[in-house]
Amino acid sequence: MTDLTKLGVAAIRSGVANGDFTAVEVATAFNANVAAAKVLNAFIVETPEKAIDAAKAVDADRAAGKLLGKMAGVPIGMKDLFATEGVQTTAASHILEGFLPTYESTVSANLWKAGAGMLGKLNLDQFAMGSSNETSYFGNVISPWRRNDGGNAALAPGGSSGGSSTAIAARLCPAATGTDTGGSIRQPAAFVGISGIKPTYGRCSRWGIVAFASSLDQAGPMARDVRDCAIMLEAMAGFDPKDSTSLDLPVPEWEAGLSGDLRGKKVGIPREYRLDGIDEDIAKMWDNGIAWLKDAGAEVVDISLPHTKYALPAYYIIAPAEASSNLARYDGVRYGLRDLPDGAGLQDMYAATRAAGFGAEVRRRIMIGTYVLSAGFYDAYYTQAQKVRALIARDFENAWAQCDLILAPTAPSAAFGLGEKTSDPLSMYLNDVFAVPASLAGLPAMSVPGGLDKQGLPLGLQIVGKALDEQGVLNAGLAIEERAGFTAEAEKWW
Amino acid sequence: MTESTYRIQGATGEWEVVIGLEVHAQVTSNAKLFSGASAAYGGEPNSHVSLVDAAMPGMLPVPNRECIRQAVRTGMAINAQINKWSRFDRKNYFYADLPQGYQISQLYHPLVGEGAIEVTLDEKDPDSLTRSIGIERIHVEQDAGKLMHDQHPTMSYVDLNRSGVALMEIVSRPDMRSPAEAGAYVKKLRSILRYVGSCDGNMEEGSMRADVNVSVRKPGGELGTRTETKNVNSIRFVMQAIEVEARRQVDLIEDGGTVVQETRLFDPNKMETRSMRSKEDAHDYRYFPDPDLLPLDLDDAFLEECRASLPELPDAKRARYENELGLTAYNAAVLTAEAETAFWFEDLLGHGVDPKQGSNWLLSELFGALNKLGKSLDESPVSPAQAAELLKLIADGTISGSIAKLVFEIMLETAAQGNMKGAAAIVEEKGLKQTSDTGAIEAVIAEILAANPGQLEQYRGGKEQLFGFFVGQTMKAMQGKANPGVVNELLKKALSS
Amino acid sequence: MSVDKDTVNKIARLSRIAISDEEADKMVGELNGILAWVEQLGEVDVTGVEPMTAVIPNHLRLRDDVVTDGDVREKVLANAPAREGSFFGVPKVIE
Ligand SMILES: [Mg+2]
Ligand SMILES: [Zn+2]
Repeated sequence: MTDLTKLGVAAIRSGVANGDFTAVEVATAFNANVAAAKVLNAFIVETPEKAIDAAKAVDADRAAGKLLGKMAGVPIGMKDLFATEGVQTTAASHILEGFLPTYESTVSANLWKAGAGMLGKLNLDQFAMGSSNETSYFGNVISPWRRNDGGNAALAPGGSSGGSSTAIAARLCPAATGTDTGGSIRQPAAFVGISGIKPTYGRCSRWGIVAFASSLDQAGPMARDVRDCAIMLEAMAGFDPKDSTSLDLPVPEWEAGLSGDLRGKKVGIPREYRLDGIDEDIAKMWDNGIAWLKDAGAEVVDISLPHTKYALPAYYIIAPAEASSNLARYDGVRYGLRDLPDGAGLQDMYAATRAAGFGAEVRRRIMIGTYVLSAGFYDAYYTQAQKVRALIARDFENAWAQCDLILAPTAPSAAFGLGEKTSDPLSMYLNDVFAVPASLAGLPAMSVPGGLDKQGLPLGLQIVGKALDEQGVLNAGLAIEERAGFTAEAEKWW
Repeated sequence: MTESTYRIQGATGEWEVVIGLEVHAQVTSNAKLFSGASAAYGGEPNSHVSLVDAAMPGMLPVPNRECIRQAVRTGMAINAQINKWSRFDRKNYFYADLPQGYQISQLYHPLVGEGAIEVTLDEKDPDSLTRSIGIERIHVEQDAGKLMHDQHPTMSYVDLNRSGVALMEIVSRPDMRSPAEAGAYVKKLRSILRYVGSCDGNMEEGSMRADVNVSVRKPGGELGTRTETKNVNSIRFVMQAIEVEARRQVDLIEDGGTVVQETRLFDPNKMETRSMRSKEDAHDYRYFPDPDLLPLDLDDAFLEECRASLPELPDAKRARYENELGLTAYNAAVLTAEAETAFWFEDLLGHGVDPKQGSNWLLSELFGALNKLGKSLDESPVSPAQAAELLKLIADGTISGSIAKLVFEIMLETAAQGNMKGAAAIVEEKGLKQTSDTGAIEAVIAEILAANPGQLEQYRGGKEQLFGFFVGQTMKAMQGKANPGVVNELLKKALSS
Repeated sequence: MSVDKDTVNKIARLSRIAISDEEADKMVGELNGILAWVEQLGEVDVTGVEPMTAVIPNHLRLRDDVVTDGDVREKVLANAPAREGSFFGVPKVIE
């Protein structure tokens, strides 16, 4: 029998539907891989019994001749930012350690309804703040990838969805949920050689997802290929009246609409993304991407996104500002950690609880956010950043007059080593330079594998589309996937 | 308003007080502003709380249309600017009654802008002058939860039932100059809210409470530093808080001190205001637009419905009662001062009662009776329909006014026993119908005249005031059941013959 | 604009995050580094630009005034670190 953990979403779904194997066999196989990969630290909580229970239900439905859901029989990993009823949900923070939600996030509920099962809760950067998964209270996630220099330096799986990227790349799950605030789906996908899409802001409900920055947070799928992403996004997305920013639109049939034929499409290449001193391998991969899209029939045009260089600083005002307020609820009163020093009053309890409960990066961002919103600084920082954000969105609007899609690298480099950037927060922030503009504009954006660098590490190509044009983004991703021939995998060492 | 200028007598001369009020009024709605939990008062602790109200991770606000609608209607009732485009902002501070760590409120773009209300110092005095008090804005925001401090020696208890209930914050201009003016303002505001139906105005249950901004200055001089006395929950306390706070500020300044801009608390038992130290470091609220919500964009149809559903408001009603119904200025003022009175009165008219008869009876007989019972109009044992039945018996001559008083008394007595009898039934049962039988009345008149020869002589000698005496005697002899009109007519005839 | 240690302590207090002296010292440098970097936004000409309010065109939906939630006390209190009967307990607040 084939190793079921080599299969992706589409293959598992059809295998289960056709009776080639049972959903329980699939769940069992992935449970075994999860159990054997503790050294990667991809999971905070493992829920093998949940995966089996969901699989049994799917097998029973199939036996009864019932119609099976879009994700029937597919066990997945759930980023631990999604509230899961009765299963510890922590956002990788000490402050939520032991928190058992009495509710289920809309996106995870949609997935269970579609027949998916849960293998466990995936590690991440604490409150999704980070680009290397080194800010988790539950320890670093280690990428399954190693450099081809014969050494065994531990590499970052990207962040914040680093548990998701690692688990998929190491075949602990065929797919996983991610969330993307400033690149947190795309950058980790690029770092481990998988695909991931952040849909248009408002496609996936934010209800039940621990908030980082509300105006930016968006859930999306991470999986081995574009088709798997399309299938899973269909299951995740949809209007939710419980989220005021949810888009009241039907969910398109993205999987059925997949086509790598890009004739008639124009793809823009933003000149501002060609930074001075751009990594040679990155530049080469980008050129390959251009060639593949041309080969798929697209016309390639040069475009300008003049405010690109301001996206990252604007992001580092807006996101921390929102976060400083969103994270005020973690105060030790209603749930989570409470640190009550002897004789402490209420306000002392807050300060002690939050100092003990939040990690260094979270504290840093709350402090930045508090500062930029404080009296006398609000206009200079926050209002200015929101105006710049409007200009960045306008840059994209102008670009759409010339093209339908934009192609750029996902990240400025391949995965870096754990610990390499932790001493300098700014150098870490700069890793999201290509990912953040689409986040600020709320646009759909995807990363697909574009090749390997000199060190043998995966690199990602990013496609950004117009609002609501996930189909265009997926199709361009498919066109690249069909031509890139990316089959590299991390050699198993764990 | 009579220009009795309110002044505080200080050692260095007279001081003027400048007052602005921020009134928090709970919007009448079934559910909370941003969650589907009940907004009802009371309930077991933490039983009207959704996961949104408890600020669980990942919970999101969705606004309640009715709360927006009521605030818009309130704005329209004070002729205020309605902002079709408004926005919710977060006001960030930490307190145990505030689960999110921020209150969703409106700072930069409130739903309702500039307006004004006409305030009369003494509503019941038609000569009392009226002044316009400016309203700066009305915005919509969340209420906080409740802390209980007396249940445990070292702990306070948190109940989130109130958390997230919709409030309108109605911010006045600093246009008031005396405690009485501030009291009249709150009263008028409450009356308007009740008319509109946007707030029940129940200050005991905290549905309406005022933050009182007070400063003092030499008359006409530069504005002084103000303090904000929080959560004053009755009109009397508002007036008292202003009085003691203004006095405190005058004494402080005259003793060489300076007034600090701060939040204070009014203690009605000690008749003093105190600094609220717990709120001291909360000055930097870091307001910013709530990213969980989009701007509020109201369409014309929504606004039209708000306007169309507004009732006639007290000032317009008062004018109509005077001009169209022909009521006295006093009656019109008293009937319209509170929505309940006007609505009760109009219900009565709806049952075919004459306005003058109805207003006089309501203000003297019914109010008198309720006063004795210690009840409000809401709790009246007699409904407008039942009152109309009684009043119609007077109007059609079935009973006299004095018999009506007796019938009303019996109605109240039977009501108190739990089974009220109707006016017609009482008249029937007790045989109280008045007689118009001229023969019977003439016979009694003849007896009265014969029994009072002295008075008769005086009357015929020109002392015509004695006519009333003969009426009284006749009615008494007939136990009040004679038709007074017929008695008058027959008496005149008999006396002049 | 740059922050000094007093400002860092003030921000920490506003954020309700207890901070040690050494942490405050360290934070001065970190915050100044980040702030100096974000201040390049000041060079962008934003004349006539409205700050962004909604990233994707959408309008605010309003809910009907119906009680659909609440009355879930056990769910609300399930994770309380100091439950007192039907209440959340906190250190006594003195007004
Ligand atoms: Mg106030
Ligand atoms: Zn308020």
